Amino acid sequence: MEKYQFDPHATSSDDVLTTRLDRLVDFFRKRGVNWARKNSLWPMPFATACCGIELMATGASRYDLARFGAEVMRFSPRQSDLLICAGRVAIKMMPVLQRIYKQMCEPKWVISMGACASTGGVFDTYAVVQGIDQFMPVDIYVPGCPPRPETLIEGIMAIQRIVDVEGIKASGERGKGLGLVAEPRYQVAVAGEGSE
Amino acid sequence: MASSVTIVEKLRSEFGDLWFDPQSLVTGGLRDAGQVFVKIAPEPLPDVMRYLRDDPGMRFEQLCDLTCVDYLNFPGATDRYGVIYSLLSLTHNHRFWLKCFVNDPEPIVPSMTPIWPGAEWMEREVFDMFGVVFEGHPDLRRILTWDGFEAHPLRKDYPLRGKGERTDFSVTRRDSA
Repeated sequence: MEKYQFDPHATSSDDVLTTRLDRLVDFFRKRGVNWARKNSLWPMPFATACCGIELMATGASRYDLARFGAEVMRFSPRQSDLLICAGRVAIKMMPVLQRIYKQMCEPKWVISMGACASTGGVFDTYAVVQGIDQFMPVDIYVPGCPPRPETLIEGIMAIQRIVDVEGIKASGERGKGLGLVAEPRYQVAVAGEGSE
Repeated sequence: MASSVTIVEKLRSEFGDLWFDPQSLVTGGLRDAGQVFVKIAPEPLPDVMRYLRDDPGMRFEQLCDLTCVDYLNFPGATDRYGVIYSLLSLTHNHRFWLKCFVNDPEPIVPSMTPIWPGAEWMEREVFDMFGVVFEGHPDLRRILTWDGFEAHPLRKDYPLRGKGERTDFSVTRRDSA
């Protein structure tokens, strides 16, 4: 009965996919629950500054984060598994962010989006945290000021790779992550370069 | 609508024993719009402010702004903290400014919260940023910086990057969360 082989990537003219339950269990045994989880990340947006605007643009129709299954922004940390910290974090705000992180259920991942969340950015002052990774774990750093939606999507896809490779282990067991860096794929044109 | 000069004259006739020093609000060679501010000492401030609010010719119902300037190392400055009051009369459509200078080690100014309730948070902000104490304030706590912060960051002798406050913080680790 090879006809009923369960293949999620198969393109079929049929709208209905039927399989036997033991085939489905067999599939999950081979591919793991990681496949399901990486394609249904539920982000918790912690947007404090202009990076939040790009985060909203990423979720909106033009860039359409739903293509990666991560469009379901949950404003409760209890319901989300990916914390996206977008924007600068004041020191007074840091306990709030830490508490949100602690309230999230395992397994959970963190994206530090933009220059301010990752390093403090231009706000090198007494009131601003110089990189949230000094005070809480971070899995992916997304560069940019603010990052374009493509770069953020690259970061979310890097999280998907982490989920695929490392699995849904609790963050304490995962160690320091894969060391993936999200970089934009496009070339930035520099004025005056190549024209002369 | 009374001009600033008329207001100063009325203040002089009412509080003759006080020393008002009207100066132009505009400096640096710009066009003088006839707006002046007066310097005033902290002690007579509540009486003068109450007069400015209640007198039929004044009627300054609104305290537009209450802020402060640190004049440390400012050329020609004799006092350190200048607490600035910006008043607006909605009845007469005129404005007036007062500056109250105080110095270390005890920069104490009477609170304007009993006169204008809207002064409460502005005085808390000035206290937070400059350390000027407002006597008679109902709830003088920090409003912008966090609990446990010691310094007053808008003072000119406070370094921009702080004094280590931003690294003195609890850390959440992967295995502790």
